[in-house]
Amino acid sequence: MAAPGYPVAEEGPEPVLPEVANVYWRPRASADSLHRRGRLWTAWMVAVTVPFALAGGTLIALAPLSFPVAIMALVHAWVIPELYAFRGAGVVRSKRREEGRSERVAQGLLGDLLGHDARELQRETGLAMERGKLGVWLVGEAGALLVAPGGRRVHCFCVGVNDGELPPSDKIAHLLLALRTDEEGFATVANHAFAGAPWRVRRRLDRPMRPALNLARKSASYTAAA
Amino acid sequence: MSRLIRMDSTGHSTLAEWSAEDQAGYEAAVEAFRRELDEGYIGVLDEGEGRATQVRDLPKDADLVIMRRPIAGG
Repeated sequence: MAAPGYPVAEEGPEPVLPEVANVYWRPRASADSLHRRGRLWTAWMVAVTVPFALAGGTLIALAPLSFPVAIMALVHAWVIPELYAFRGAGVVRSKRREEGRSERVAQGLLGDLLGHDARELQRETGLAMERGKLGVWLVGEAGALLVAPGGRRVHCFCVGVNDGELPPSDKIAHLLLALRTDEEGFATVANHAFAGAPWRVRRRLDRPMRPALNLARKSASYTAAA
Repeated sequence: MSRLIRMDSTGHSTLAEWSAEDQAGYEAAVEAFRRELDEGYIGVLDEGEGRATQVRDLPKDADLVIMRRPIAGG
């Protein structure tokens, strides 16, 4: 099912990614299931941060001399979501390596698969932007970010191709082709690592990648409003 | 000219090329395509504008068919 405000694929039999057979026990991902998963993450964040924040505030109010303990509680309330966001942003963190001939060849093929704007963005940020039914995707070497319609939540997916010899751009091309073949299947196969506010994920991204998230968020906001 | 390529450690390798009139070239491409399927590769026809289709038989009129490895959750 497409998210509200997003174009629905034309009628016809739904394509199925062959890799979905390897995770047959997982229910097929959809806009609804991702929305539910995002809300669960929000609830979990509230559950792990609010008690610490309340404990810290109460301690300071009732026994000001216990402020070291109160500060520790408040630090916990801040750090726990940051650690989750760090793990989430890590799915698209690239490994620095020398750019050899194979990478230049792979970059050419990836450039052919992407449109002009997405090609430029990928060269600058390392992330390939792809609009889909579920939102706006940013595809990296070993994972992808999905900015949900409205741009207020980012899902982080850990997914890749199990071939260490492939150049980075070929890894992105693998994921891009799988995503284009069956978007919901792609979201089913990928491991969901985190869902949260874009600002939280953005702070943990490598600096050159941040403009890609800004653009994806803007694009997701426009489409949802349309 | 149609092309069958495989994404690999070199960036990509051209496995076969054929044209609509070149039946022998197409048959050689089909053979190469099947060999890659047997090796575990997946054939994909990129249709542009965010669309791609998995192909189990080599389409004669395709411009470009790409062989990719399966993906998995990390």
